[in-house]
Amino acid sequence: MSQEDPVLSTRTHAADPGDPLRLVVLVKQVPDTSNVTGDAMKEDGTVNRAALPAIFNPEDLNALEEALLLRERYGGRVTVLTMGPPAAAQVLRESLYRGADEVILLSDRRFAGADTLATSYALAQAVRQLGPFDLVLCGRQAIDGDTAQVGPQVAEKLGLPQITCVSSIAGVHTASPFGEQRTVVATRSIEGGYETLAATLPTLLTVTSEANEPRPPSVKLVLIYKDAAAEALPDYDDSYLNPDHDAAEVCLTAVDGRAVCRAKVVQWDAEAIAAGEDLIGLRGSPTRVKNIESVVLAQADARMVEPTPGAVAELVTELIEEHILG
Amino acid sequence: MASGQVWVFAEAEAGQVAEVSLELLGRAAELATALKTQVGAVLCGSGVSELGPTLIAHGAHTVYAADHPDLAAYLAQPYARVLVTLIRTYRPQIVLYGASSTGRDLAPRVASALRTGLTADCTDLRIGSHRVREHTYNDLLWQIRPAFGGNIIATIVCPQHRPQMATVREGVLRMPTADPARSGEVLLVPVRRALDVDTATAGERKSTTAGTVFLEPQDFAVSLVERHREQKRVNLKAARIIVAGGAGVGSKEGFALIQQLADTVGGVVGASRAAVDAGWVPHDHQIGQTGTTVRPKLYIAAGISGSVQHRAGMDQSARILAIDTDPQAPIFSVAHYGIVGDLHKVLPLMIQAYRSKGGAAQYAAVGATHGEGQG
Repeated sequence: MSQEDPVLSTRTHAADPGDPLRLVVLVKQVPDTSNVTGDAMKEDGTVNRAALPAIFNPEDLNALEEALLLRERYGGRVTVLTMGPPAAAQVLRESLYRGADEVILLSDRRFAGADTLATSYALAQAVRQLGPFDLVLCGRQAIDGDTAQVGPQVAEKLGLPQITCVSSIAGVHTASPFGEQRTVVATRSIEGGYETLAATLPTLLTVTSEANEPRPPSVKLVLIYKDAAAEALPDYDDSYLNPDHDAAEVCLTAVDGRAVCRAKVVQWDAEAIAAGEDLIGLRGSPTRVKNIESVVLAQADARMVEPTPGAVAELVTELIEEHILG
Repeated sequence: MASGQVWVFAEAEAGQVAEVSLELLGRAAELATALKTQVGAVLCGSGVSELGPTLIAHGAHTVYAADHPDLAAYLAQPYARVLVTLIRTYRPQIVLYGASSTGRDLAPRVASALRTGLTADCTDLRIGSHRVREHTYNDLLWQIRPAFGGNIIATIVCPQHRPQMATVREGVLRMPTADPARSGEVLLVPVRRALDVDTATAGERKSTTAGTVFLEPQDFAVSLVERHREQKRVNLKAARIIVAGGAGVGSKEGFALIQQLADTVGGVVGASRAAVDAGWVPHDHQIGQTGTTVRPKLYIAAGISGSVQHRAGMDQSARILAIDTDPQAPIFSVAHYGIVGDLHKVLPLMIQAYRSKGGAAQYAAVGATHGEGQG
């Protein structure tokens, strides 16, 4: 937050002159479960991610959008964190295109096979490494598992309060019944209604698709990062965010033509987050997939009826006579 | 109160036990029988002890009631504190939660604190074994759920950590019959605010009754500002006929046709997740794994391809009529009657046929009984 960036100043100045917010967004690259093919599952029951198109988990985009909106309102810094294979850097790149300030990839073979508990442990350890923060945001749930567990589990590991299923954030308030401590006021969806809660910062929020319409990538930011990449890594057109590469730093060209290093994909492994070996990956996962059954449909034995007026009328009559209709 | 019970977190809402908690008690009783153990239920709230007999009538042998004014509103942290304390004290082998807004908020927090496994939105729970190389784990909870966008059904186990925990949506399990003659005990859980015991030394804390819950100041970092909850406007579970629309309906306006058929035959409008996500229909109409599970006399699925999550919520219907343009749509595999065609053409035909036959017949019948038809 030191100097004004002439190129990246997509944010407006804070309307509320409070302290800037240190925002951490947890995101996940997920297989597009609406496009599942036969070889999507491995023998051991884990997901063969290579066989599927990978996308930014939809509700994580809503979480990122909330973070960007909060930054626009109060000022601050948005750090995006993901855990996954090197290819997951794609969601970090997309986060940069939307205005994230800093992105971190948590990647290590030892993280593989993690269930929600081991995942939340690794994410919580990484958030700790980032230093002080005000809000952790993530999507309510990921479309590959639909568990909605990682958010509350990260909150518990960090000793944070939580508000899950957030459909709107009213704002961050300085004055509060809690004295000097800042609070965030947010509304969460419950069965048949909603509830509004106030939580002291730091806190964790999980965000639903109701919260907002995520902004598309900024053409300006895409061009900036692409150009910067081309300049920084001329031989590596699109791999500037490949964390395996030593020069994964993204440099931007300032107005005066000076290269300003602004954002890079920082890759952290198990050591970087001081993770306990027994708490990550498959070893740190209490649950096991016992078996997986592809959903094989039984041969249809439905009685087929032609979509003609006569046939439909006949069926309706029959259902009425059997006292099923009416 | 031997350890190793099968527990249910009993959600209390407006002085009543949530239906999903009673449904879970029914299954918990079956699991406990298989495991030769008993059923426990955990109640949290203010003035909730009086709900104990309801839980016992539905299958609980022991009700652990954490009844304290500070627990009046559901908040994740103090409720998690209660559960974690009780689980550590009494060591149940299984803990089940409703996959409600409360259960889905609470259970992961408890699982994380206890460093144990949790499986969300199970569609079935059974007792079985699991073999890892030479070692066989017996009497494990098989936690069965669709995963991966519903393309697979996974059985999850938690072999080495306790308790084994799972959430289940309302309506997935059958409601057990209440038996007021059943006996059980209600155990009042001592709950104390840490402020009350600030002066107490650590030693004194230790010497208090086992299972005393100490609510810490940091447990109240979240406060409830406002709560607005309405009774469900649609009662899908009680409907005898459901006319459900899916992606094939195509638009919000298209649902007028679904509504028209439902009105004509005296049914209730249902919807697939796709239609709800598209904003054509409110969420309380959603049928399936992440909505309501229904068992009507007749289920008419119009423009619903029939993902496994949707089918899980309706395949127990007595009769299913599926209408879809795609003859390969999975919905036809669970249907008793299938019409391959455009619902926008087929539904008007059905309305017309019903009005000319059923409607007239019904009108005549009503007229004969009451002297006047009601249309």
